[in-house]
Order: sequence, then structure tokens, then C-alpha cells
Amino acid sequence: MARVTDAPKVVTANRLQDGAVVWLTAAGTWSTRVADAQVQTDAPSAETALGIARASAARQEVVEPYAVDVVVEATGPRPLKTREWIRAAGPSIDAIPTAA
Amino acid sequence: MSPSAAARQIDPPANGLPSHAGIYHYDQVDRDFLKERVEQFRRQVARRLAGELTEDEFKPLRLMNGLYLQLHAYMLRIAVPYGILTSRQVRQFGRIARQYDKGFGHFTTRQNLQFNWIKLVDVPAILDLLAEVDMHAIQTSGNCIRNVTSDQFAGVASDEVVDPRHYAEVLRQWSTLHPEFSFLPRKFKIAITGSSADRAAICIHDVGLIAKRDAEGAVGFEVYVGGGLGRTPFIAKKLRDFLPEDELIAYLEAVLRVYNAYGRRDNIYKARIKILVHELGIDTFRDEVEAEFARMPVAQYRLEPAILDGIRARFASQPYEVLEPISGVLARARLEDQAFNRWVRTNVAAHRQPGYAIATITLKPAGGIPGDVSAEQVDVIADLADRYSFGEIRVTHEQNLVLAHVRQDDLPALWKALADIGFGEANSGLITDIIACPGLDYCALANARSIPLAQRISERFADLDRQHDIGELKIKISGCINACGHHHVGHIGILGVDKKGVEAYQLTLGGSAAEVGAIGDIMGPALSADETLDAIDAVVGVYLDRRQDGERFLDTLARIGHTPFKDKVYAAH
Repeated sequence: MARVTDAPKVVTANRLQDGAVVWLTAAGTWSTRVADAQVQTDAPSAETALGIARASAARQEVVEPYAVDVVVEATGPRPLKTREWIRAAGPSIDAIPTAA
Repeated sequence: MSPSAAARQIDPPANGLPSHAGIYHYDQVDRDFLKERVEQFRRQVARRLAGELTEDEFKPLRLMNGLYLQLHAYMLRIAVPYGILTSRQVRQFGRIARQYDKGFGHFTTRQNLQFNWIKLVDVPAILDLLAEVDMHAIQTSGNCIRNVTSDQFAGVASDEVVDPRHYAEVLRQWSTLHPEFSFLPRKFKIAITGSSADRAAICIHDVGLIAKRDAEGAVGFEVYVGGGLGRTPFIAKKLRDFLPEDELIAYLEAVLRVYNAYGRRDNIYKARIKILVHELGIDTFRDEVEAEFARMPVAQYRLEPAILDGIRARFASQPYEVLEPISGVLARARLEDQAFNRWVRTNVAAHRQPGYAIATITLKPAGGIPGDVSAEQVDVIADLADRYSFGEIRVTHEQNLVLAHVRQDDLPALWKALADIGFGEANSGLITDIIACPGLDYCALANARSIPLAQRISERFADLDRQHDIGELKIKISGCINACGHHHVGHIGILGVDKKGVEAYQLTLGGSAAEVGAIGDIMGPALSADETLDAIDAVVGVYLDRRQDGERFLDTLARIGHTPFKDKVYAAH
């Protein structure tokens, strides 16, 4: 799990039923769009959000929640690390091979 | 599925599987076992979804059924025993891809198939579909003996001494749910071949077996141990020069027992048998194995001829036609069509049966994703297997497919049909026949992307004239040090690393997983993706400039050393 720092963060997890990447919203629900994620701007609020996410994991809604460093852009939060923006945006490749 | 199962009543091929495909045909006991296993996992999934199992409790159970949680979804890894499939099994992959994935699957360096977009709730239904065609995902993960891999030309290669498929099946049955070896210090991979040419990468496996014959014609095995890649790569060391056939299981039990007893469980990075062999030294390790072997009731483990005969009988043989050794149709087609002739040169191998050939389908079109196949493409390949290869398809560790029993007369039509689905590329063994792991586009462990780099290399070297001029050159790409893309043994190896949050690629030169295995040497500091492309161009340029008549890339590298290549690549740095 990522260490909680003062950098802007969003909280993410994978949904239990289908493994989809989900982001914690301000309403305490999960969205598959990173744009819907609530940005936590300080360590205490990030820790609170992680607490909400862990409770959700305990209810078997999601798996392995953690916080992700982001930069906030006009379109919303964008994860800083390559791994996390690929999780947010999907594979960087055309995932479907050339069909017959 | 113990060896004694082989002595059971042999049924005719069932489940609609092609009757002449060279797979081991299950009987009712095998099918009942699979059905029970699916029901067991169905209940485990239900308990997880109902909250009766935590993720910590469920994770080892799902992994035992080949189910990982990756970046975007669950990934299901399906076992393809020693890489051999029937057309019906392949069509079932297509059905699963359409119904439960995003319409495609990915063949791996362990001759398995992975689906990248699986939902947990769908897994029991998928396992039902697999069981319908005698398939499963058992032991494709976990610290157990994994799916046994083999030579994709097994049983048909012109250079083969012993058909390894029957022994691979013995090993599959022996290792499946083996109670003593289900919780090893770490995973354990066995590869077996029976040819002088090593197409199964024996040297990089925990145990590598080369089936051969002694002066009297008796079958035995050259046994290698302690090979492996990952963060501490080793080429396997020879343990026995000739292990008699009937001692195969007893001896492997002894090897596994020594590993189970002395292998480290305190440090995941030092838990593989290669570390134990390295730390003990091969002679001490051998002494331990021989001492354990001497203590065992060897008769109890003896691989009796009746067991082997029973297993052989469950493999269908192929009703080959009596043909001329050289096909006039093929010869004429090669003269008339240079593109086809080029494909024959790279993708067709000699068959032991006169008038037949082995055709490799490289899943590496220019700019394509190595090993990926769409549902539509697998359906066509299954049809082609039925038409031209007794309904049998094989998977290679280089992420390609093989039709192993094609009449030479049929090669022109086969090639045209493959070209129609984008798989007619004449590039087997060439620079665009790249091995690449899923990398950071899918894998939770990766540090960098592999696939986009493979695609860009493939595009840059797409010119077939240039590829054929360069000749044999194997590029292997891993997105992290776990080395699923075999970068250590690439002629040019590429390792993706995280350099202060930025993807970078470290190049190695001179690796090989062939008969004389070698771990590549690191060229220098890691490069960006753009620089990596230019570096490969530079390496190829040095080779083309400096090669002498008949020299392959590895030959030139061995003769002139690494310095000219390093100097060229890092000249601008």
C-alpha cells in the first residue's frame, strides 16, 4: 500500500466481482472513471478516504484499496506513475488483434 | 490422474475431440475429477462473493485455479499440457474469448493461454467450458510443479531420437495434485525434449530432461537442474548423463524432496531450486539427490513398461498417407511465388514422415502483439488444423503456433489461408519473431511496457528482405526482472526498468536458450524506448558490417566480442 504523504491523492481498488479498476468518489461510492475520483489534498483526508475504502473492502465490494499520487488537471486528477495512469486509462495499446 | 490411471480401460476418443489429434485422451475418471474440481471452485467463488472468505483466504484458492488479479481485471491462465491442443479445444478458447473476454487470448512463453479480461463471477462457467474439452487451469500458478513444457515438434521432428510426449504425460499425471509437492518453497518448472536440437529451452528450467537412447537402444534421460531466469539467472547444470527410463519418477521425487527439504522459504528471491543448486554446488546437490534416491523404495516408483504402454495407447496416431518424400506441387509453388518460398524457408521444418512438413504459424505480424490471437483467428486456425493437420495445434514457448502434420502438397493453400488472417508472415526465428511478456499494459508486477516496444521493433524491421538478410536473431522482452519474456536468453535481450518513475530499457547481448545456453551480458545504462529502437538498429548495423560468410548474429558476436556493439550504441551518450 502506498505511504500516505501530503501530495494530492485519489483512492483506488479493484472491484471484487469483475476486477475492474475503481476510484473512490466524494460520495464514498466507487466509479470506474478516474475523473470522478475525489482528490485528497492532505494526509488526514487521504487517511480518512482509505478508511472508507477499507470498510468497503471488508464488505467484499473491492479488493486491495490504496492511495495514488495524482496531478490535478482541467479534466480531473491524473495519476503520476505510469502504472497508475495505465490502470486509469486502460492498456496503452490497441488491445484487440487484427481480426480475420 | 496417477500413473495407475493409465492401466484403466481405454475409451474411444470422446467429447467430440478430433480422433487423430496427438493429445492424451481423457477417460471418465479424468472427466469426473475435473467436474468435481470445477464445482469445488464454484462454491469457493460463491463463498468469496458472499463474504464468507476474505481476500487473504481466497487468494491461494484462486491461484491454484490459475486466476490472478492483474491491473485491469482478473487474468485466467489455462494449462496446455506440453503445448498440444485439438481444434475443438482451440474453438472453445474462441468461444470463451467472445463470451467472457474482449474477443482475444494471449499465448505465453510457457505454452499456455491467458485471458486478460475475466470477471470473477464468470470463472466457474468458464471452467465448465474448459472441462467440456478436457481442459483446466490447475497448477498454472502457485508453488507447485507447473504445466510441463516440451518441444513443439515432439513426435514429428526429423532429428528426434525419442518422442517426449509420452514422458511429458507421465510427468503431468505424476505432478498433478501431488500431495508432497503442492507447497514447495517456490514454483517448479520442468521441460522435456527428445531431439538433438533444443526447441524447449531446457537450460532455463528447474529441471530439464533430454530423452535419448544408449548404445543398446534403451531410453534414458540426460537430467539438468537449477536453470532459471528472474533476478538471478542461471543456466541449468547436468545432474545425470543417463537416467534409465524406469527410474524417471523415483529420481525426480528425490530431486524434489531435496529441494523441498533444503530450499529456502524465508526469502522469496532465494527460494527457487537454482539458488539451492548454486549455493550447495552441483556436486553436493547431486550427492544429496543420490543419497535420497538410495533411501527410496525405488520399485514402488518404477515406471513400468505397462504404464507407459497404457499412456501411449491414449495418444492417437496419425493416419499418414504414403507419399513421395519431395512434393512436386510444393517445388513448383516455391518456384512460382517468392513470398511463399520465403515462408517455407523460415516457417516450415522437416517432418519424419515422407511427404509431410511441420508448419509454424508465427503470431507476429508487423506491428502486432506477440502471442495475441482473436476469436476469429483461432476459429480459422482450428478449421485449418482440421483440414490440414489431423485437428491438432501446438503452442511454442516463443508464442507461436504449429501445425505439425501438413502434407507438403497442402502448404501453398495453408499459407494463403494464414495470410488471409494476418499470420502468413515469413519470420520464424527472425528479428520480428519477438517474445514479449504482457508487461505494464496488463501485469501487476511489471515496471515497464513490453508490448508497445515489441510492436515498434516489429514495425521498424517489417521489411522482409531486410529480415531475411539479417537472418536468425532472437529479441526477447521482459517488463520486469521476473523475466517472463526470457530477456536473459535473447540474442538481444530487453529488460524494462523503472528509472525514477520513467520507463527505461536495459539491453543485453549474447543470450541463448538453445543447446548451449547462455545468459546475455548487460550492454550499458538503460535507454528510453526511442533510444532502444535506435540501439537495436545500431547493433544490427554492426553485425551486418562485420559478419563473415555464413555467420549468424551470435557467431559474429562471439568472434568480435561485445565492444564494437557497445561502442556503437553508446557513441552518442
